[in-house]
Amino acid sequence: MLLQLEDVVLAYGKIEALHGLTIDVEEGEVVALIGANGAGKTSTMRAVSGVRGIQSGRIIFQGEDVTKLRADQRVRKGLSLAPEGRGIFPGMTVVENLDMGAYTRRDKPEVGKDFDRVFDLFPRLNERRKQIAGTMSGGEQQMLAIGRALMARPKLLLLDEPSMGLAPMLIQQIFTIITEIAEQGTTILVVEQNAKQALSRADRAYVLETGRIVKTGTGADLLDDPSIREAYLGVA
Amino acid sequence: MDFSSLIDQIGEHTANGLTKGAIYALVALGYTLVYGVLRLINFAHSEVFMVGTWAVLGVYTVLGATGGSGVGLVILATALAALAAVVASASTALIVERVAYRPLRKKNAPPLIFLITAIGCSLVLVELFGHVFRVFFGPPFGRALVSIPSLIDTEVWLDLGKTSITNMQIIVVVGAVVMMVALDTFVNKTRLGRGVRAVAQDPDTAALMGVNQDRVIMLVFILGGAMAGVAAILYTMNYDITKFDIGFLIGVKAFTAAVLGGIGNLRGALVGGLLLGVVEVYSSTLFSSNWEDVTAFVVLILVLMFRPTGILGESLGKARA
Repeated sequence: MLLQLEDVVLAYGKIEALHGLTIDVEEGEVVALIGANGAGKTSTMRAVSGVRGIQSGRIIFQGEDVTKLRADQRVRKGLSLAPEGRGIFPGMTVVENLDMGAYTRRDKPEVGKDFDRVFDLFPRLNERRKQIAGTMSGGEQQMLAIGRALMARPKLLLLDEPSMGLAPMLIQQIFTIITEIAEQGTTILVVEQNAKQALSRADRAYVLETGRIVKTGTGADLLDDPSIREAYLGVA
Repeated sequence: MDFSSLIDQIGEHTANGLTKGAIYALVALGYTLVYGVLRLINFAHSEVFMVGTWAVLGVYTVLGATGGSGVGLVILATALAALAAVVASASTALIVERVAYRPLRKKNAPPLIFLITAIGCSLVLVELFGHVFRVFFGPPFGRALVSIPSLIDTEVWLDLGKTSITNMQIIVVVGAVVMMVALDTFVNKTRLGRGVRAVAQDPDTAALMGVNQDRVIMLVFILGGAMAGVAAILYTMNYDITKFDIGFLIGVKAFTAAVLGGIGNLRGALVGGLLLGVVEVYSSTLFSSNWEDVTAFVVLILVLMFRPTGILGESLGKARA
């Protein structure tokens, strides 16, 4: 097991956002976490990445309890998050942003290879190397956020709403790239509002409702599940 | 109004102003660095500078260096004093961060608490040198003005007719500019510097990149403190004095310089410092020295009325070539 969440409770002040979440991710899988706005998707990502501490429960990564580790320490363990929306450094160039992704790494030649890999996956970023990231379009910023997360060469890539605010064409494109990243051997946990895309690309998925897991199964099974179709896919 | 005197001696006044301003600029860097990363005005920074001037005096006293000393001793004493000032100032800044600010951060204290704590730290340091150390060690600690031996005689190095530039003015301005360029290069070109800029732009995302925020914050206090230490050695070489509260006015002026140039912006600190120094000297010639502080702040108010983010604006995170 690569990642295990055991009874994770996360609260903002007195308001509980996650009421005892249990999730696991096997090595090599693409696992999706779907749910409506406010279901706790981003809170789950904050808990796993360590941006926010949790109130109770445990987070185990590669058999090691990382619950008490800070976000920057978890990066060193191999967890890397592409945050939701515009989670890039707006004042830095594309290359500087990618460099930040490799902040913890000392293996320069390998970092160079990952630069090539990211530019391969996202030719757009290659064209815009010197551009100040804040001046790019939403789609390009999203690509940068994913590319930057890959620069850490993570064992587990966490993607928070990679499709948010993007045009349908671009959503398709981003998910194709995500599938490609998975095929290259990176395990992925992706949180998505776009259930159709997420479920059709994921090996397994969890359905999150108001801070609780209400359903789990393979991506294909959930795609066929009538209640899921009604609630998340807009088909009766 | 004494226009003729100002115009007649414009070169001389400008040189004096730049010398003054270079010191402000170096101290301003400390305010700007800490503000850029923590959004905190570190009012204790004026005392970080003050501690540096005392370190200079300490080294001269221990080595018995005076104006009449031989060349070898003068060089040794100056180098050691510079080192001592940098170490003392940087340590003071770091201690304030570790003892006062970090515990507050861990408790998520509101900004006002940080501000009051900063003022408190400033008072504690002032009273240490103005009172406590006098009780334990006697003079020169205390509230009196203390003179620091002038090891290097002031000489005219550049004689441009009406304007003569002294060795001290050159040392101060060149020293300050070299330190600024070094700091700017460090922040913009190195990996650690990029970490500093990342935390300044977005602390949470910086953590997601593996940047240890506490380490960046410590680094920022050390860098700012070191710059104040350089300011301290240059100041004492030029003005030959210190005092328990010498940091106050220089601190206020340096803070003004930082705001004038655009707080959070390293290059803004340089621009703001030099401009403020020149304006002060010009105005004290035009009116009288009593007016120099008034004019400085009038300029600040005017600039902020038309450009609230300061001359160069932008934050530390965004400041780049």
